[in-house]
Amino acid sequence: MSLKSKSSINSRKGTDKLVYFLVWLFSFFAMIPLFLILWDVVSKGYKNFNINLFTKVTPSSMDALIANMNGDPIPGGVLNGITGSILIVGLAILISVPLGLFIGIYLSDNRDKKFAGFISYLTDLLQGMPSIVIGIIAYAWVVKPLGSYSAIGGSVALTMMMLPMIVRSTEETMKMLPPSFKESGLALGSSYTSVVFNILLPSGFGGIFTGILLAISRVLGETAPLMLTALGASVVNWNITEPTSALPLLIWDFYNDPNLVELVWSTSLLLLIVIFCLNWIAKIVSRKWKI
Amino acid sequence: MENIENTKELKPVLQLKNVSVSYNPGTFAVKKVSTDIYPNTITAIMGPSGCGKSTLLRAINRMHDLYSNIKTTGEIILKGKDILTMDSMEVRRLAGMVFQQPNPFPTMSIYENVLAGYKLNGIRLSKKEKDEIVEQSLKSVALWDEVKDVMSKRGSFLSGGQQQRLCIARALALKPEVLLMDEPTSALDPISTNKIEELLLELKQNFTIIVVTHNMSQAARVSDNSMFMYLGELIEHGNTTQMFTKPKNKRTEEYLTGVFG
Repeated sequence: MSLKSKSSINSRKGTDKLVYFLVWLFSFFAMIPLFLILWDVVSKGYKNFNINLFTKVTPSSMDALIANMNGDPIPGGVLNGITGSILIVGLAILISVPLGLFIGIYLSDNRDKKFAGFISYLTDLLQGMPSIVIGIIAYAWVVKPLGSYSAIGGSVALTMMMLPMIVRSTEETMKMLPPSFKESGLALGSSYTSVVFNILLPSGFGGIFTGILLAISRVLGETAPLMLTALGASVVNWNITEPTSALPLLIWDFYNDPNLVELVWSTSLLLLIVIFCLNWIAKIVSRKWKI
Repeated sequence: MENIENTKELKPVLQLKNVSVSYNPGTFAVKKVSTDIYPNTITAIMGPSGCGKSTLLRAINRMHDLYSNIKTTGEIILKGKDILTMDSMEVRRLAGMVFQQPNPFPTMSIYENVLAGYKLNGIRLSKKEKDEIVEQSLKSVALWDEVKDVMSKRGSFLSGGQQQRLCIARALALKPEVLLMDEPTSALDPISTNKIEELLLELKQNFTIIVVTHNMSQAARVSDNSMFMYLGELIEHGNTTQMFTKPKNKRTEEYLTGVFG
């Protein structure tokens, strides 16, 4: 009896070790492509990753051709893409954050209402919507009526992509707060509005802010919806009704232009660095403002 | 209920008349409770789990309004006015509440936590008024000496017992007529519990306290009067000493002697 149970313990320990090793091995394999991507982008992108990238707009194809023939670095950068991304994403933040917060608070507070269930379902649908479809919708809603491709069209498309993420992170964060926060706030005779703004939102700041940052880093790289809405521009534009460029749009443009193709890598590197930083900040915030 | 302790021979501060609370239509968690609570007394509400003691307590500051399925009927008269017809925000300022889990607001400092009621209600105070309220409230919960040098720290920096006293100070800062406490010590260690119990005896000089408790010895130690509830009904309400020594009702006796509960 004792011998038998000992051998079965040994075999179970053996299985444990094997499973642990497999988990480790597959994790290692999964990491390899990630590092290869990073390596590729860094090694090919650093050449043109200089001050020009941040201070100059996209060069014309002709200038780039001449520079290439003379062996000079490409005379231009992605300033128009940087400012365009700031404009388009900034506007999208302005629209989606307040909306998302309110919807998230509503959903967390009214879990068993039919209307809330319906909204929650729509949020899931929107989250799963292909970005090109969202681009087409924004084209029909904004670009067509305004009669021109514009930054605001891009912002509307990105808003639709950010909204479900902000709604969900707000809702989940709010659900994690102990119900007694709300009750004890109300027990002090305050209004619901006051409790939301003075207690619930500040208490959930870490989770909500992290969700917003992740949503931003997600849409920063969106290309398809912007092709149909913001279109792109070779100059710096701050007018929300004019066509505007963005970093992912420039990557697409550079890819299509043999003379500028070198810039694909440095622009990708820039975008990766920004997204990496956003994720990093999100991590710090969520750790520091833990509930 | 003729033997309810009435320390100053005053009129009741709080009168319950046929108070019923239902979570679903037709099923009552509290059934037609009628009784009087006198000023400057501590009343303990006892009873087995699910007997409706917390439900009754929460009816007194209209907490049930938060949930649309809960209906409260009857009359709850606080200082001559039926609170069920008053504005709920006004009621909650008259009836302060302390919860089971200590829950100082996590983003506020100790100082801000005491003043939370004023901040949440948009009442502006001068720096001098604020300092006075904070000092007075923290002194009344015997927390002033422990925290006066760490006022700007978060409320969560304190120990569990200190946090609970901070929550009591937060409720007292608004100078309520009655203080409702829902098992205020069940999440605390014995030493912190002891401190809170001592504190209650101090506080009854100025406030009327109703405390829901699971702990019979706590009820015996601190309360002047006790209410025994069973299956939503108020079985007995009377002087605590008398109830513990000579309960009138058989079920009260059975509960107190541990036959059920």
